[in-house]
Amino acid sequence: MMQKVFTRSKTLKDCPTHYCPGCGHGIAHRLIAEVIDELGIQGKTIGIAPVGCAVLAYDYFDVDMVEVAHGRAPAVATGMKRTNPDKIIFSYQGDGDLAAIGTAEIIHAAHRAEQLTVVFINNAVFGMTGGQMAPTTMLGQITATTPQGRQADGQGYPLQVSELLSILPGAIYIERCGLNNPPNIRKAKAALKHAFELQMNNAKGLSLVELLSPCPTYWRLTPPDAMLWIQNEMTKVFPLGRLKG
Amino acid sequence: MTDKVLMCGNEAMAESAIQAGCDAYFGYPITPQNEVSAYMSKRMAEEKRVFIQSESELAAINMVFGASATGKRSMTSSSSPGISLMQEGISYLAAAELPCVIVNVMRGGPGLGNIAPSQGDYFQSVKGGGHGDYHCIVFGPSGVQEFVDIVPLAFDLADKYRIPAIILADGIIGQMMEPVTIKKKPRVKLPLKDWALTGADGRKQNIVRSLWLADGAVEQHNYDLQAKYRQIEKKEVLCEQYKVDDADIVLVAYGISARIARGAIERARELGIKAGLIRPITLWPFPSEQISKTADKLPVFLVVEMSCGQMVEDVRLAVSGKAPVVFWGRPGGGIPTVEQVFEKIQELTIKPKKK
Repeated sequence: MMQKVFTRSKTLKDCPTHYCPGCGHGIAHRLIAEVIDELGIQGKTIGIAPVGCAVLAYDYFDVDMVEVAHGRAPAVATGMKRTNPDKIIFSYQGDGDLAAIGTAEIIHAAHRAEQLTVVFINNAVFGMTGGQMAPTTMLGQITATTPQGRQADGQGYPLQVSELLSILPGAIYIERCGLNNPPNIRKAKAALKHAFELQMNNAKGLSLVELLSPCPTYWRLTPPDAMLWIQNEMTKVFPLGRLKG
Repeated sequence: MTDKVLMCGNEAMAESAIQAGCDAYFGYPITPQNEVSAYMSKRMAEEKRVFIQSESELAAINMVFGASATGKRSMTSSSSPGISLMQEGISYLAAAELPCVIVNVMRGGPGLGNIAPSQGDYFQSVKGGGHGDYHCIVFGPSGVQEFVDIVPLAFDLADKYRIPAIILADGIIGQMMEPVTIKKKPRVKLPLKDWALTGADGRKQNIVRSLWLADGAVEQHNYDLQAKYRQIEKKEVLCEQYKVDDADIVLVAYGISARIARGAIERARELGIKAGLIRPITLWPFPSEQISKTADKLPVFLVVEMSCGQMVEDVRLAVSGKAPVVFWGRPGGGIPTVEQVFEKIQELTIKPKKK
């Protein structure tokens, strides 16, 4: 008799995504869905989709979901979790959403020690709007709005939000992982699982997993080269590992 | 709390929200409505409900969005500059068809303006405020008791129509103390919130969204919203008419301006001037029909507002050229006196002497 050893996560819908070839969102979605499956929380999880490439995340995740204004996910999540402490709330935000327009919301959600799980996708660029500079864009990186490459003088340095958040007492678990090779992807899944488990165990505070995620389209790289760029360039500014908890 | 108690408008309204089953209050400090959050911080804890002082009005309205998306009754309160900051969220609430109550205790503007009472946010409230084609139900209470009574109605209509409801008060209504009765009303039967995000346990996934990328989808969504708005216009208009039947001059005013106008009408009547009042209680939907019918009797309309003339535009639309419409008001925290309004009534009703 044949034994089934691999199957589609039941928290992921059976449909193709709209993401570009080589994009990291598909991997991140898959990991989150597997974690939700393994923890058996599909029926009590509410997800929050950002404004950005993952705005249609509810087309892929088979859980109750809301789509919110740009950057406001942590505030929406706060309203949900406080009124529904028995539900598992996660937000899925990109670097424009979380590190630019929504900086106040994420910092204050962590500051209030909201019991939330935040998935932060850092691909160093605004994807959906056409590859503009994000706060996390690397120095020298060419984007639609940094045609000469990002310069510290006038455009600032790449913003390390996870490091910023990790000094807040209300942030109980912060880890940065890379979606660039199988070992790192396995670590990312373990980190996501831990972030969900903390909320399930009623741990008092915010958990955030930052995922360095490839954007071959706006990095102007092939998918394999994009994976290498994470390893060779991004991790210099965004070192992998557990920052808190 | 069924006895008469002396309370300021902000606190009385807050207690009324608690009695109406408000599950969560989110707000950021701003004068002249700070009594609301102070009161809520104490009472919501007593009731084991949710109170959060947010980091900004942007966050407050999005916390409302989150709680509302899960089917909970939620509200926020603020004053003019803070309400401006909330407009993004209100547009999203309207688009996602999420019910909530938003209280605006208006102050003088534009800009930081001052902290004196004003009615300068009428346009912002009834004409949209945020981006896109949408409406909120808007109430204009003219005293503390009405401020109290409108709260449960605002929650009910918000739930019934899945729409944000705005209570447009002003610094006087919020601050002044009046004897009020705050009754716990029986909950009316409302449609089940089967759209709410409660976890898709044993049912299909629910999605709350405002983005529709498919060709024509947002156009259709707009038509659906407009159909709902037409229903509300048909069924939910509230307005008070006072001595309008025989009136030669009909004042139109809402909120505290209506109280002042009424004082002026009493004085005019004592002198034999036939003055009356139409007082919109819902500012959207607007009592256009009532005003239009009154216009058929050809009185002079005098619109009194604490602004440079905002509601007067809706009165003119309703009157539609059938009768003269005159505006008088004071902006930026100026409070009309009964004497000033009375003088205006006299000016518009004294017959010129024959030469």
